[in-house]
Amino acid sequence: MLKTLLCGTALLALTAGAAHAQVSNNVIKIGVMNDRSGIYADLAGEGSAIAARLAAEEFGGKIAGAPIEIVVADHQNKADIAANTAREWIDAGNVDVIADVPNSAAALAVQGITKDKKRIFLMSGPGSTDLSGKSCSPYGFQWTYDNYAMAAGTARALVEQGKKNWYFITADYAFGHSLEDETSKMVKQLDGKVAGNVRHPLGTADFSSYLLQAQASKADVIGLANAGGDATNAVKQASEFGITQSGQSLAGLLLFISDIHALGLQASQGLLLTTGFYWDMDEQTREWTKKFEAKAGRKPTMVQAGVYSAVRHYLKAVEAVGSDDPDKVAAKMRETPVADMFTKNGKIAANGRMFHDMYLAQVKTPGESKAPWDYYKIVKTIPAEQAFLDPAKSGCTLVK
Amino acid sequence: MFDLLGVPPQVLFGQLLLGLINGSFYALLSLGLAVIFGMLNVINFAHGALYMIGAFVAWLLLTKLGLGYWWALGLSPLIVGLLGVVLEKTMLSRLYKLDHLYGLLLTFGLALIMEGAFRHFYGVSGQPYPIPDALKGGQNLGFMFLPNYRGWVVVASLIVCFGTWFAIERTRLGAYLRAATENPVLVQAFGINVPVMITATYGFGVALAGLAGVLAAPIYQVSPLMGSNLIIVVFAVVVIGGMGSILGAIVTGLGLGLLEGLTKVFYPEASNIVVFVVMAIVLLIKPAGLFGRER
Repeated sequence: MLKTLLCGTALLALTAGAAHAQVSNNVIKIGVMNDRSGIYADLAGEGSAIAARLAAEEFGGKIAGAPIEIVVADHQNKADIAANTAREWIDAGNVDVIADVPNSAAALAVQGITKDKKRIFLMSGPGSTDLSGKSCSPYGFQWTYDNYAMAAGTARALVEQGKKNWYFITADYAFGHSLEDETSKMVKQLDGKVAGNVRHPLGTADFSSYLLQAQASKADVIGLANAGGDATNAVKQASEFGITQSGQSLAGLLLFISDIHALGLQASQGLLLTTGFYWDMDEQTREWTKKFEAKAGRKPTMVQAGVYSAVRHYLKAVEAVGSDDPDKVAAKMRETPVADMFTKNGKIAANGRMFHDMYLAQVKTPGESKAPWDYYKIVKTIPAEQAFLDPAKSGCTLVK
Repeated sequence: MFDLLGVPPQVLFGQLLLGLINGSFYALLSLGLAVIFGMLNVINFAHGALYMIGAFVAWLLLTKLGLGYWWALGLSPLIVGLLGVVLEKTMLSRLYKLDHLYGLLLTFGLALIMEGAFRHFYGVSGQPYPIPDALKGGQNLGFMFLPNYRGWVVVASLIVCFGTWFAIERTRLGAYLRAATENPVLVQAFGINVPVMITATYGFGVALAGLAGVLAAPIYQVSPLMGSNLIIVVFAVVVIGGMGSILGAIVTGLGLGLLEGLTKVFYPEASNIVVFVVMAIVLLIKPAGLFGRER
């Protein structure tokens, strides 16, 4: 009697095991890594983890009997911490996929490790085009935006309005230089010209001096090739010094809705910016935002919405393949179009860049805004092919 | 029109004026530090965090209680000052007998706790604080557009700086204070309550930081990180001026603001290190600082 019972249990265990033998360690573990306490904590941070959890919930928290687990880590904007966390997660923590990772330096470090160790990497936060260019990986997917898209969208729109003479206020490090570079290339390509530039140290509080130099240049547009606190301080002080009232336009080349929220509409009204997502686009985005807001207490940024979309797409591929084998899942992700509340017609190119429409938005005036977070007027939809760099020109060796 | 090293004079005047504005912030903050160091021998690393709290109190008064800028200008330094009194009474006063280093470590820890707490509750992007209606707009000076608010900041901080200098160097109370720092036991023997005086001095020093926070709120984002961005430069100012020297703090604060303004015209990339280069040179030539006394 005991013997048959034991046999039965063993058999049951065996078959049960067989049912999810395809999912490694019988758990799908998603590591959301970003800045949880520093300057990017509001645009990614815990919000990105919430977005990933919302994606997991859509699958009932498990796929093929294997539970979906989400772990988080703070990389403190340091590439070495990001690299160590990624290694630890993969070697000891059984993490199957790493998501978000704003800050391009940190993302480049993680990209190298996930490439070597064959793990999927879903990038929503980082902007460097190298991630889908010369540092691309068969397992790396760049989802939400990149520096080229931000520069191209805003620069093209302004030059087309006849604002051809540009002056740059640039953060003096790799990211700022790259953003300025991408933008001036686009401006020159469209027969515009660059009157000059000034470089400021990262983390500058007072922009008055740079703004005054920009004002003296008599350029049509002052392009802000910086981000976070630098960008918000520059915008706030530009309004104080009457830059926009005097006829010059201000273009924030990388602004998130969390920045606009921090600035208030009084200081930021009229700004043109490019975004990959806005919560108030249609019924679907509003509905998702409601779920997000219930947990996060604020509306999502494009980075957070992008984390949701990327994680959801990954989980769909796992479900379709019935396995979390990175090669099979990556192939499945590439061949499946992306369709969710984030984008209706996204597709992933050979270099790992997810092509989707971007939007040119203008910040509303305090009079136009009807409710809290009612900040953007969508001026134009930028079709995906125009928004992102042609994969053939990206320098990625995966493109044949 | 003549050019100076390829820079038109109106740009130069503009930058000098802006330098003066920044300098007056440096002066106000380093003044508080100098007062505290001079009287208490405490290197108050929490100064930046208290400056940040000053700005946040102004923002909270506006959004929670509807009390505007002019109220904040009075109330916020008072609240920050009281907070300082509590910190001094409960913690700092226990460390006076120990090495300077302990005061520095304690205030550094306090600064991290205060910043962390505000970051936890209010995020890192900062909060908007509008310029008061009476000071909106600006003047066209010919060579630049001067926002009224910035003009007000210069005037206000110069008045406060001069007032503080006068109170400490030229009044009877100031004389007691200075005497108490030289020889507390003797001054106490004359019937003056030295511990109370020291507590009040610390409260006043951090109230100055709170005031600077209110003045800064409409210009910068009210953000938990605003203090740590500024505090290092302000420390450099105090070191250059001479630790504990009131006049030194004021004069070097303004002077370094001007120097930084000039650097932004001629070589902007160096604008955040020029202060430290000056600090290194001063320390090599005159280790006690420009206005400091050798002890």
